[in-house]
Amino acid sequence: MSGSGEVIGAILILIGAIFSLISAIGNVRLPDVYTRSHAASKSSTLGVLCALVGTLLYFLITDGFFSIRLILGIFFVFLTAPVAAHVICRAAYRHKVPLTEQTAQDELKDYYMENEIIEAKEDKASVVVDQGK
Amino acid sequence: MIFETVLITALCILLLAILANLYRVVKGPSSADRVIALDSVGINLIASIAVFSVLLHTHAFFDLILLIGILSFIGTIAFARFIERGVVIERKR
Repeated sequence: MSGSGEVIGAILILIGAIFSLISAIGNVRLPDVYTRSHAASKSSTLGVLCALVGTLLYFLITDGFFSIRLILGIFFVFLTAPVAAHVICRAAYRHKVPLTEQTAQDELKDYYMENEIIEAKEDKASVVVDQGK
Repeated sequence: MIFETVLITALCILLLAILANLYRVVKGPSSADRVIALDSVGINLIASIAVFSVLLHTHAFFDLILLIGILSFIGTIAFARFIERGVVIERKR
């Protein structure tokens, strides 16, 4: 019975490694922070999930050992990788990292301009209040 | 025998992925590029630790997977706040 576990584990781990390599190639070749974040977060998450599921199934089939820690690791990676990509992209946009030349449209432009103006007004108002104290 | 060969091949592919991401860390024009590349280096490290624990047939490294995942996430969030606001921990006035 240990042969099937080895086959499943090896196939899943190889798929995961190839997805990680594709993600790294995208991370090198794409032109922009935002497109690079797309490559890094999506395919890298899928690759590490395939590798971890392969490890879990290998130990489950060969040893009969079901690791709660590994399940927790899979859950945590699956939960936090999109959040981290979103937060870093938002920080890059608010830090005014330029988009690539080929960008068709920038829908966030007007929205963030309005928000910047509102925040600037609030900052001035709070400064006035502080001076009043 | 074929199993070990496949695992070592997967480790070499992951090494190539980490090297490509390190190229982006060194070259990246903005600091957000560097943070994204460092985050994916952490993700690739998690995958390679999983492959190592299959190769050595041990359960001892599963804690390490969880730990590196949490530390990589916290580091990315802290860097994002630093890029966005200029501080990591804000104090209320």
